[in-house]
Amino acid sequence: MNETTIDRNAIPEVAPTFRFQWEEAQDCYVILYPEGMVKLSNSAGEIMKRIDGQTSINTLISNLQETFPETSVEGDVLDFMEVAYGNGWIRNKS
Amino acid sequence: MATAGSETNLEIKPPLWLLAELTYRCPLQCPYCSNPVEIAKYKDELSTADWVRVMQQARKMGAAQLGFSGGEPLVRPDLEELIQEARNLGFYTNLITSSVGMDEARIKRFKEAGLDHIQISFQASNEELNNYLGGSKSFQHKKDMARIVKEYEYPMVLNIVIHRKNIDQIRDILDMTVELNADYVELASTQYYGWSRINVDQLLPTREQLANAEKVALEYQQRLKGKSKIIYVVPDYFETRPKACMNGWGSIFLTIAPDGTALPCHEAGQLPIEFPNVRDHGIDWIWNESGGFNHFRGFDWMKEPCRSCPEKYKDFGGCRCQAFMMTGDAANADPVCDKSPYHQDLVDDVNRIEKMAKSEKPDEQPIIFRNMRNSKDIMKKETAEA
Repeated sequence: MNETTIDRNAIPEVAPTFRFQWEEAQDCYVILYPEGMVKLSNSAGEIMKRIDGQTSINTLISNLQETFPETSVEGDVLDFMEVAYGNGWIRNKS
Repeated sequence: MATAGSETNLEIKPPLWLLAELTYRCPLQCPYCSNPVEIAKYKDELSTADWVRVMQQARKMGAAQLGFSGGEPLVRPDLEELIQEARNLGFYTNLITSSVGMDEARIKRFKEAGLDHIQISFQASNEELNNYLGGSKSFQHKKDMARIVKEYEYPMVLNIVIHRKNIDQIRDILDMTVELNADYVELASTQYYGWSRINVDQLLPTREQLANAEKVALEYQQRLKGKSKIIYVVPDYFETRPKACMNGWGSIFLTIAPDGTALPCHEAGQLPIEFPNVRDHGIDWIWNESGGFNHFRGFDWMKEPCRSCPEKYKDFGGCRCQAFMMTGDAANADPVCDKSPYHQDLVDDVNRIEKMAKSEKPDEQPIIFRNMRNSKDIMKKETAEA
């Protein structure tokens, strides 16, 4: 379902209008924006921290798969990408 | 009666939001200001070292969002230093400003210090009304600053406080925010606390004005989806259920007034409750132990109709300050709620103002602008009357 919308060769980066960081008090990764914060699930945090403006989505999927060999990560990554692009948290590096 | 169970043993969660009201000094004079009427009293402002200590303590507890506000925070020459410190601590830093006192050099320095976001307020979408309401020739400057803020890749919020004098121009206002490439637009209906309360007769919009503004805001929300997020909240005087004020007392928000008074919300200073000062206590004690911050935590303080109301978990009985201003007792239900025995008084008052707004002389009483001279005059009058 996602295959049609997400370009797997794209190299995403965190958009300059958002900030991604670990929050000790929340015990999770968060996205910060003007006067707001979104708490990320463990898997979303693991995906998001690999978005560095240098790694393509394809490479990100294989890296993540190596780290978590027991689960199939591809569907999760593509679902998350859709949410992250949709909210403007990430953009493709031009 | 202390009953066993969750109601009396509420877990206190750490603050998420630290609002640093650095000063009540301001070059503008907006009559809808949310600052207290007694602004002239706050001469003894916290030092840079005080603010750094407050930020360190709040951050350690888990606060993630930090707002530099005022008055006009740009008045403080140590703003750059405070931003730098806040960013080093890991805060997401918001500058809430009129932009008067800013230039490109300062915007650049803020960026280098790590400022995350700038919110600029506009009074209106045209020069004449903007400058009249703000009491200063600031309109062109604000537009220039908004453009430079975007050049420096900040996320930009444009905030326009909405009231009877500018609500009919809502379409022009939204067009202006599109022209300036705002990422977020806050159409903030005036809330009648502090200074704005003394001008409520001149500022409260009529129901027709509101209905029209809501329609236009909705149209732009749909049209600009994905480009700019428009937040429009109608004034709660027209509702029948209260807002979940501050998401509950002492639950998320921590405000520090310029003199170091710690408050659960920036309007709470008017309540007859003793609030702690950061000059005397650490944030941990203030948040967790102080009487002021525990006063309306949980549900045991509630009276009827809130006490037995199933909606209390959703709205926490509304706003304590509104209850205090309109009923004389901060523990009463917020009169916005139509279950409150005082609700009819609020409806009557709204009707009275609406009638006046539609009369031939809607502005018989002059607007009182927010400045130190007027503040002193009002305080003098209050003392004389007491």
